This record gives sequence, C-alpha cells and structure tokens, in this order.
Amino acid sequence: MLSNVKKNLKGVVFCQIPVILLSAHGNIFPQLHNSIVNMIHLKGIMGKLTILAAFSFLMFFSNQSFSQDGKALFQANCASCHAINKQLTGPALAGVEDRWSNKANLYAWIKNNQAFLKTGDKYANDLYNQYNKTAMNLFTNLEDKDIDAILTYIKSVPATPAPTPNDPNKVGQPATDSDSTLLFGILTLVLAIVAFVLLQVNANLKKLADDKEGVPSIEPVPVWRNKLYIMFATLVLFTIGGYYTVMGAIGLGRSQNYEPTQPIFYSHKVHAGINQISCLYCHGGAQESKHANIPSVNVCMNCHLAINEYKGDPLYTAEGGEVNGTNEIKKLYKYAGYEEGKSWDATKAKPIEWTKVHNLPDHVYFNHSQHIMVGKVQCQTCHGEITKMDEVKQFAELSMGWCINCHRESKVQFADNGFYSIYEKYHEDIKNGTMDSVTVENIGGTECQKCHY
Amino acid sequence: MSNNKHWQSFGELNNSEAFQKAAKDEFHEDLPFVADDKTFLEAVAPRRDFLKYLGFSTAAAALAASCEIPVKKAIPFANKPEDIVPGVANYYATTYVQDGDTVSIVAKVRDGRPIKIEGNDLSPVTKGGTSARVQASVLDLYDNARLRFPTIDNKEVTLEAVDKSLAQALSGLGGAPVVILTSTINSPTTLEVINQFIAKYPGSRHVQYDAVSYSGILQANEASYGKRAIPSYRFDNAQVIVSIGADFLGTWLSPVEFSKQYAKGKRINEKNPSMSKHIHFETVPSLTGSNADDRYLHRPSETGAVAVALLNAINGQGASAIGDAKLKAGIEKAAKELSTNKGASLVVCGSNDVNVQIVVNTINEALQSGGKTIDWSVTANYRQGIDSDLAKLVDDMNAGSIGALLVHSANPAYTWYNADKFKSGLKNVKTSVCFNVRKDETAQLCKYVIPDHHFLESWGDAEPKSGYYSLIQPTINPLFKTRQWQDSLLKWSGSSSDYLGYVKSYWVTKLGSEVAWDKALQDGVINPASEPLPTAASFNGASNDGAVSAIASLKKGGNYELVLYQKIAIGAGQGATNPWLQEMPDPITKATWDNYLVISPKLAKTLVDIDLNNAGQSDSYEVHPDKKVVTVTANGKSVSLPVLIIPGTQENTVGIAIGYGRAKEVGRTSDGAGKNVFPFAGMNGNTVSFSVPDVTLTLTDETYKVAITQTHATYDTPQGNRTEVMKELTLAHYKKDPSEVRDEREEELKPWGGLENFEKQGTIYPYFDKPGIHWGMSVDLNTCTGCGACVVACNAENNVSVVGKGEVARFHEMHWIRIDRYYSGDLDNPKVVFQPLMCQHCDNAPCENVCPVAATNHSSEGLNQMTYNRCIGTRYCANNCPYKVRRFNWADYTGADSFPDNQDQTTVGKLDDVVHVMNEDLSRMVLNPDVTVRSRGVIEKCSFCVQRLQEGKLKAKKASRPLKTGADDEWDLKVACQQACPSDAIVFGNINDSKSAIVKNRVDNHFREFYSIEQVHTLPNVSYLAKVRNTYDEPAKAEG
Repeated sequence: MLSNVKKNLKGVVFCQIPVILLSAHGNIFPQLHNSIVNMIHLKGIMGKLTILAAFSFLMFFSNQSFSQDGKALFQANCASCHAINKQLTGPALAGVEDRWSNKANLYAWIKNNQAFLKTGDKYANDLYNQYNKTAMNLFTNLEDKDIDAILTYIKSVPATPAPTPNDPNKVGQPATDSDSTLLFGILTLVLAIVAFVLLQVNANLKKLADDKEGVPSIEPVPVWRNKLYIMFATLVLFTIGGYYTVMGAIGLGRSQNYEPTQPIFYSHKVHAGINQISCLYCHGGAQESKHANIPSVNVCMNCHLAINEYKGDPLYTAEGGEVNGTNEIKKLYKYAGYEEGKSWDATKAKPIEWTKVHNLPDHVYFNHSQHIMVGKVQCQTCHGEITKMDEVKQFAELSMGWCINCHRESKVQFADNGFYSIYEKYHEDIKNGTMDSVTVENIGGTECQKCHY
Repeated sequence: MSNNKHWQSFGELNNSEAFQKAAKDEFHEDLPFVADDKTFLEAVAPRRDFLKYLGFSTAAAALAASCEIPVKKAIPFANKPEDIVPGVANYYATTYVQDGDTVSIVAKVRDGRPIKIEGNDLSPVTKGGTSARVQASVLDLYDNARLRFPTIDNKEVTLEAVDKSLAQALSGLGGAPVVILTSTINSPTTLEVINQFIAKYPGSRHVQYDAVSYSGILQANEASYGKRAIPSYRFDNAQVIVSIGADFLGTWLSPVEFSKQYAKGKRINEKNPSMSKHIHFETVPSLTGSNADDRYLHRPSETGAVAVALLNAINGQGASAIGDAKLKAGIEKAAKELSTNKGASLVVCGSNDVNVQIVVNTINEALQSGGKTIDWSVTANYRQGIDSDLAKLVDDMNAGSIGALLVHSANPAYTWYNADKFKSGLKNVKTSVCFNVRKDETAQLCKYVIPDHHFLESWGDAEPKSGYYSLIQPTINPLFKTRQWQDSLLKWSGSSSDYLGYVKSYWVTKLGSEVAWDKALQDGVINPASEPLPTAASFNGASNDGAVSAIASLKKGGNYELVLYQKIAIGAGQGATNPWLQEMPDPITKATWDNYLVISPKLAKTLVDIDLNNAGQSDSYEVHPDKKVVTVTANGKSVSLPVLIIPGTQENTVGIAIGYGRAKEVGRTSDGAGKNVFPFAGMNGNTVSFSVPDVTLTLTDETYKVAITQTHATYDTPQGNRTEVMKELTLAHYKKDPSEVRDEREEELKPWGGLENFEKQGTIYPYFDKPGIHWGMSVDLNTCTGCGACVVACNAENNVSVVGKGEVARFHEMHWIRIDRYYSGDLDNPKVVFQPLMCQHCDNAPCENVCPVAATNHSSEGLNQMTYNRCIGTRYCANNCPYKVRRFNWADYTGADSFPDNQDQTTVGKLDDVVHVMNEDLSRMVLNPDVTVRSRGVIEKCSFCVQRLQEGKLKAKKASRPLKTGADDEWDLKVACQQACPSDAIVFGNINDSKSAIVKNRVDNHFREFYSIEQVHTLPNVSYLAKVRNTYDEPAKAEG
C-alpha cells in the first residue's frame, strides 16, 4: 500500500482524497460489518481512479451546496489545481480561451484530456510535458454550457486582484459602516447639558424675580444635594451598571471572537479564499459525522508535498506581525517528519495540537452532517466569512438563543427530502395554502431533547 | 380476566403498615435540612446554616464562572486510517467467548473504543440475541483488575524473557508430561494449535474442564447414543416442554439460543390461540421455573426419582414411587401431556448425574423426540469438559507426575469441588503457567502468568454448534502488554506463524479464497449452505435399567438439603468482577451484590421465626435490609450467610448461589461480595454434584445487610396501584373469551367515552396533534422471560451509573429499566410474572406538570424529555410519577461534577468503592459519548434511547426516504433493550407509520394489549400484551 502512495505522490498529488491509505494495517484492521456501516468504500476506488474519485467526490458535494453558475463550477471543479491569475498545479487560466486554437479542442481537452492527448495535438502535448506530465482530472460530466459558464467567469475576473499588501491593519479591519451611534450620543449629551444649563438659568431667574417681588425664597438646594438629581443619577447608574453586569455574566461562558494563536499560522483565507479549496476537502467529516474534523497531517501533505513555499500576498497575524508563509509550511514538514527532496514516510508524522476554537458545552449535541447534508446549511452561516479569515476566530456567539433563533427561522428541505413525507398534515396544509413553508421549529427542532440528551 | 391478586412484596400481600408508608413516600429518607420534631431553628441545619450554604454557593458559582475558560486542544490523527471517521461508530462482527459460552455479536466501536455489544442477526444460532453477561462483557475489557503484563513469580517481565525462561523450563522437564488445562474450547484453530503443541511434547494431553460441567449429559449420551456429545435441543419444535431442574432460559447450556426458540412457542396468535406448554420440576426457584406454565417442587435428592417416575408414568406405570401428592399429580399430568404430544415434546434435565441423564434419554426416546425436538445432525459444543478427567489430573499432580501445567480460562483453584487438593497438587508441578486475564485464585499460584487478550482484542474462531462457525476479530489494539495465548503456544511449539496467520490460512484454505475470508470476517459467521434437517441418533437402551437401579440406591435426603445454583448474571463467577452484573438485581430474589441462603416461607417459620402471613413479622423482615444470618454446615464445612425468604422454594431445601466470595486480588468489584460455596460441591461417582443431601442449619445472632430492590418503587393510591400495572390470564380463559382484557378496559373507561374517546374526553387538558413521528413501544409479557439482558444493555448504552451496594440498599439504584417480578397465588409455590418497566413516555405525563423549571416536558414525537442541565432537583416529578421510573442522582456517582468534594459523602454515608472503580479513566472508556454523563442533583430516566432515534432519523434523512422501523423487517434504529432482548419481547417504532412493526404488533394483538394504570389518563406510549399462561391451575370449566 505504501508503494501505492508513493506512486500517487509522484504524479498529481493535489487532489488525493483525504485518506491516504497507510494500510500496512490492511490486514490488521478488521473488516467493517456490512449491514450497519454506510461508509464510502474508498479502498476499491483507490486502485484505479483515486484522483478522479477524489474530484467527483468533491464535486458531488459542492454541486449540492452551490448554485450552478460559472464561479461555483470553477470553484467546485477547477480551483484545487488552477487559479485564474496564478500558476498552481496547473497553469493560470486567465486568457485560456485565447491560447487554444479552437473552442472545440478546449472542450474536448477539459472533458477528457487523456483522450485528447492521444489525438496528438501539439499544444496539448506541449502543455502536458511542460507540467511534468501531471495528468488533469477527467470532467466528462461537464457539458459545453457548463464550460462556457466557467470561461465566462474566468474572463470576468480582473487581471490582477489587488488586496493592499502595504497596510497591515487593513487585514481583519471591520468595514466602516456609517455608524452614527457616536454622533447621536454626543448630540444627546450636548442637549442634556443645554437642558441642565437652561434649568439652572430658569431657577436663577425665578429666584431673581421672587427677590424683586419680595417673595421670600427658599435657599436653593445645590445639585449634589438635590434628592431628585441623586435619585435620577442612581437610577441611571444602576440601569447601565446592571446592563453591563448581566451582559458580562452572559458572556462569561461564551467566547465570541475568540481567535487563539495556533501552532502553525494556517490561513483559511489563503486556502479556502484565494485558492478556493472546498471546505469539505479537508473537513470531510462534516458530511458524515457530528464532527467536521480537523484534517490529519497526511491530508495537508497531499498538497504540501508539492507546494513548499508561499508566494502569495504577505500574511499578517491579528496583532499585525508579518508571517513568513514558507516558514509555516516548514513547520508542517516538521510535524510530518518530511525532509524536502526525500520521499516522505507518512508513519513518521506526528499530530498537530491545534487549539480548539469552537467549544460547545458537553451537554449539547451538535451534528455537522445533519446541518450540511440534510439542512443544506452553508458553512459560512455559522462560521462566518471563513474565506476572509487568516487564523480562525469564532464568528457566532454559539449560544442557545442563537441556535434556537435559527431553528425558528430556517426552513427545512420539506418538499425535496423524502423523509418528510410522513408529515402528511403539513403537506396538506401547504397544498391548501394554510402554511407556506415548514421551519425547523415546526418539526420539533426547538424541543429540548433534540440537542440535549 | 383472572382475579388472582398480584403482589410484589410480602408487605403488599398483607397490606402491612410499612407497605402503606412506603407507598406514600417516593423518597424514603428525610433530608438533612429537615428537623425531626424540633422547631426550624433547633434543627440540625437551621436557618443560619441555610444562609451559609446559600452564600457559599453564590460565591462558588461566581468564582467558578469568572475563572478563565480553559484552552482546549483539538488533535487530529497524524495519518487518518481509512475506516475511521471521528464521531461515527464502526461496527465489527466478532464473537463473545467465555468458558465455552459462544454468542455471535457485533461490537460498536466509537473513535477506536468498543462501547457496546449487540447481537449478530446473521447467526442462525443466536439470531441476534444476547444475554446480560454478553452485554456486560464490554466493561470487562476496561477492567482495572486485568493483568497488564506477564510475570514470573509475581515480578514483571517482558514477553521475550518469559519465552526464554519457559523454553528452558519446558526442555528441562525430563519427559514428564505437559498438560494444557482449559475450559471448553470450541475453536477449531485453537484445538489445532493445542494439538501442534502437544505433538511437540510427547505424552502431553489437553484436559477440558467446566466449572459447572455437563459431564452427566455427555457420558449419558455416550451410553445411550454412542456419542460423547450434546445434541441440539429444539424448543421451537416442542409443544410440551418438561424440564427437571434445567434452567435453560437462564444458565443452562445456551440460554440465548433457547430463549429465541422458547419465545416462538409462547408467542400467541390472536386468531388461532395456541401455546406450547412448559412444566417445570425444581428445588429452588430459577428463571426458567418462574416462566413455566406449571411448576412443581421436589427435593434435590429426588431429581432422579422424578425422572424415573416420569419415565414410568409415560410407560403407563404411574408415578407411584413419589410420596408428595402434589408432585405425583404433576408428574402424571406431565406424562399425559408428553405422551399425547409424541414427536413434539421435549424433556431436559439439569442434573449432572449420568444415571439421571440416561433415564432422561430413555424418556425422550419413548417420546420420539429424536429428529424432532432433539437434533443429532448438529451437536452443541458449548460444554465438553469431563469431571473425571480433571479428577485424574489432580491425582497425577499430587503424585508429582505432571511436568508442566498450562492453564487457560479455567480456575480450578476456585471452582473445583476439592480446590485444596488442586492447590496442593499444583505445588508438585515443576512448571505452572497461567493465561488467565486476571489474578484469580489459580493465577496466584502459578509461576508464569502471561495474561491473554480480552476477546475484543483477539483473533480467533469458534464453532458453537457443529458446522456453524463464528469468527473473532479485534476491535481495539491490546490495551496492555498481553498476548493471545494461542500465540504463546505457537511460539513454544516452534511455529513460525503467529496465530492471526494461522487462523487466516486455515480459513482461506477452507473457504477457498481470501475474498471469502474477508466476507466471512465481515459477516462474522460461517453457516452451512443449507440448514441440516434434524436427525435422530440410534438409541441403545441397555444402560437404562442399571441407571434406574443406581438412582433407587442413591442416598435419601436428610432433614435439610442444600442446592448450589448459578445466578443468571454471575454464573460460576465469570460475572462477579463486573459492576453492571453485580448490580443487576437477580430476576427472582431482586437482590444485588451478594449471595445468600434461599429458604422457603415454611422453613422461615421454623428456622428464623418469621411468619410471612403475619403483617408485623413480614414487615420487620422486609423493610430492614438486615437479614438474619444462618450457618450452613455439611461434611465438616460451614458457611454463614443471610437468609432470604423466597416463595416457591421447596420447604426442605435451601439454595446458595455459586460464583461469590472471590479472592481479594480478583478485583475491587468482587471483593467482599458474598461467600464461596464451591467447597460444598461433591463428587458423585464420576461427576461433580452441586447438591448436598444433608446439611444442618443453625441460626446465629448476627444480621447482614442485603441490598434488595424488591420493595423499591412501590405505589398505591386510590387512583391506581402497582398491581394494576399487570394483567394476566390463562390460555383456557383466553380461548373462551379472547377480548376479555379489551372489554375490561372498555368498561373501565366508559365514563369518559370508552377506549375510542378516552384520550380527548378523559382530561381537561387540550389535545395535541402528533405530526410526523410518534414513538411507541410494546412489550409482550408472554415472551419476556425476565432475564435482564435489557437492563445491562440499557446501562451500557445510556451511561447509567453504578451506585454500589450501600446505595442500592438506600433505594438509590439508577437503572432506567427495571424488571418487576409479581407473585400471585399460593405463597409456597406462587405463579411469577415479569414485567419490564421503563419510563412510559406518557402523552399526558404527571411528571411534566409539576416541574417548576420545565426541565421535563413533552416532545412532538411523544417523548417525555428530560433536560439535565435545566433540572434543579426538586424531585417533584419522581413523586408524581405513578410508575416510579424516575431516578435521582443522590451523589456524584459519575465524577461529572466540577467539585470533587461532591463525591465525598461523609455527611450522609460513604460511597462504595465500586463507584470509584467506575470513575477511573480506564472504566470510563466504556461511556457512550453521545449520552450526557449526569451529575449530582438531577433526575434521570429512560429516554427511549433518544440518541439512537436521532441517529436513525438522520440516516433516513440523508438517504431522503421515510424512516423505517420494522416495515418489511427493515430498521433504521432499534432501542437498546429491544436489540438486546433474546426473545424479541420488545418492539419499538413509529406508531404513525401504519407499516411499522409496532403498529402491526398492536393491531395483531389488540385483544391482549393494555396500558398500565391506564385509567389515570397518563396516556403512556408503552403498551403491554397481557400474560397468557397455559396452566392447569384454573378450573377447567372455563373451556366447557
């Protein structure tokens, strides 16, 4: 099995499925019991079509999650090996149409490059040799119009994407929305002072008037001894103080915006954002398991055996310090027990101790696959714009109210999922028009024992 | 409906004061805060204390909350194995093997840890059934008392050192034979490995020895059929089953297999009601006897006489030799039933006496059972030990003629009747090697101890019945420095192959290809291409006359006789080290953690001066856990044990369970539990006998606490009481008036619109829709045998905590499902009914209305939900529950609390050591990660395995299809108790799905269906099917 791994590593290493079969265990690991386990049997596929399988695998899930536009198709099918303006495993795709003599050839190449190579096309063969005979995956399932959509998308991307590398603070800086709270606050304060002054003036005038008319006036109580003022001030302080105490107490167990420093500066922005690697490529567990799972070292090494330096835009930590991407890759190599230039012995790898960002209390049951596969919820809904984060931070507050609120508002895939056919009454109500959609709450999604058991 | 009154306890029978008090209070003790009869300020803990506690807890909460949140690590695999997805369980087919007991299982492995055992449906032998001991075996894997490394003279050594030292020792034997002593081995490859080893050391031999042996049957079959083997018994083909002391549903031979078969005869078809008839003769009540339609008592010394009388009666000579009128009538009735059902009747006997078994063979021959209910085409390999072989070995050892003794999975220093002789013999053996997994009584005496793997860490195979194979594959890497004993043997016999290679090449050759081997491993079983047709064996009756006269000359019993029996959970001591099994209440006595002297109510009057018909006396016996201690003396040996009065015990007979009184080194769990009574066993000719015909009983002044759950969970109000939870009727009645149960329900609910409208009209609460899924369960009391497999399965699945003897005695047991045992009729020989009771998930639940914090409420799927993190522990819900199924965490049994001091119970009593054993890191590996581990101060109860329901629903949702709960026998989910049940008495599913198994079950049995305490409008989601008994006891006029 090890030789199998090596062979694959020499060729295209990019798209290997997250599970490199280090099965010296082949005969030690017991067979799965067929009747219960519904695992995808990767082993059989590995033999011939590892790479294809990996890709169709990604595509399968991606297609479900994204709409069928050119960008989505590009991300799902091309992005793991190609960028538009940058050479990755494959060439940069900007201007690809111009490079090909005719479109029919390009279609044929994209759909089945191996077959097209055999036609002896010079440009294709040159390209193939130029990239060390790294085979491109087959995309026989793409139709011409899909390819057109992708090409249109490629054309639509400007030649040089320009994140400003000079301003470190720009990274992670919140967009300046027109926030007028401060303005209103100042205004209120000014008005309050004006009102206070006017009140004082009024009181003084009244006193003067009284003096003039000979009405004996009561010695005015100074502001700091005026019970009315004192009471008012106490009330205000109590309200504000109470609010912050309560909010602080609620926040104690939560850790929104928690952004710990990780053992390796792993940038989701570089991987999932700029290079547009599908989330599920690394976090494949999200489709099958309650845990999304952090990828094991061998999954990192699938790509990083080939990618040994970082050439992208400069990276900055949350504090603004510059990060040398290449050094971070070297850290990975250290964990993997890999020396550059030599062949990698995966058994030497050591696990990386990442710091857990999203922590749910033990008494909460959360299942990723339920949300991703059944609910068709996007990763970003709960994890925020992960494609723009370098080191991950906790986007949502992960509080019960936050969960419940979503369960109240989200609609289930009522018509599409055969499971819900048992809710006959709701189907009828929808037909009658008494109900327009079924939310998670309608099917019991806010009950205690859906998450606590 | 029969009017027999069911009773659970003697207090209930007499309606005594203590019973009334117990029924009134859910919680039987005062809170530490409450004063006895003083004013509040003078109380033990007055107002100031209260304020102190309040202040402290506020401060503690503030402190705990303001502490920094700990940094947690997420550590992925370095190289993720192909098959493992963290968070998703894998299931591996393997085999439970314990001293010959063999059950094909599927092990659930979560994140690399086996956490649950389930039956393997593909096995035609056990058909997916399990027993309490099989369910509990996963905990043995994580037993702290397991040996962790090889030792020589109790010093840790490496395996290489052992091999080297042993090679020297074995080569220096000077021709003295090597003996391999094991319990029954039915693994074909292991037997080959043993033979290979024996061939290397000429003169060596393999001795098989079973703690509770079946030599009697084996040798009798040799005499009658010329085969030293045990045939397959087919209870499913029997219309009439007569058992003379064979506890075939509990402990005899292969209870899981027999329970499946027995249930077939007991499952009743409403349209054409018929049932098998089971008549049981026994001495002390067993699980099987309690399930019998009719049950007769005899003395242990009369076992042979009963068999002979039965034979005579079948041959038309009557049972004249029997003195006891009731017994005589019983034998004659049994003979009549048997003779009229020739070819569809079966007689089995639990005696280990060769002569008795020969007579039983003759009876079965006369009944033409061969080829029908007794199948000789497939033999059972569960027990092959011959007592006289070990007796001879022990003699040889004492004579000093044995060079080396290799012991595996046998413990004669504890279980052999003459253990002292074995021990002294062992001293004369030059080289003693033990492969046992713990430092048991035998391992302590052996020079070399090389612990074997647990079966969940092992490779192997088994052949429980000839032609039916079951494979063993590891589900986890070995936890300790242990080695499979077959590997040791192979190494010492100079083989180059390891055992895995051996097993694999054996099966690849046999099956023809590696692909077939992979498939067989995946299935876990290898079955014959087609099920062989039952065949008879040629019978030779020559030995019968000799047997009959030998029985006639047996010693008559004295004043009191002693019988040593096995408990279903503990067996011959195999279960003693397992906390789940120790805490499982015995189905009959409902006692935990101890063995004791079982006596009859009649003997109680004379021996300990307790008259159970006297309310005062029965109370003082029953209410206090302290039981009087009696000394039993026989053959110069004596043991003092507490007395339990168990109706249905023969009046001159006392019974004690074996398997208790283990050595301290065996483990902290078994330490201090009960006393060892193996020394009372004796050699009767060639076989070991577990009964003593003459013992003296002496009452002592001492008392001893026994933790019995018998009177726990009592309930009695004007609105309903515990006995109304049960419905029972006779087959004759049922045939005459099948709708009796239903009519009675209809009658009772008439004021609220009858059955049809009761749900809406019987309450002032609004009616709620039940869209989508509505969960329901049905329990067939006819097929439930009360074996307790469900109880242990529930423990394993739901992280139910073990509380220890002290806490059980204080009514604090935590079991989510209990099996209530009801008596009815004659106090000396009552009828017994078992009823599993778990949370009934009432649609109008009394517990939900009284919770001040809404910690328990109802789901749209019909679940009565319990939210631990919301519960503040008022226990109002438990008080208001008429079924008494809610459990309160009185202490931090699980170590789940943030404050370690919560386990310190110095103020209210100390927690037993076993609680701490279960809290250790190793034991905690058995916990199910999908179920919250409850902390102190919260109520918990059956959740209908909600984690399984959610998982099953998710499976269906992912496949975008409706949920399957038994439609076309396809299941997305089964709850743990349902899955464990060896007689398929529990059915669970979606009652909104008309095709589901539960709906089919309820529709097909709508006459027998009932809900317990239905009239209080709790609207339970658990229905029961009334028990129908095929008994003589009701007057036969019902039919005429």
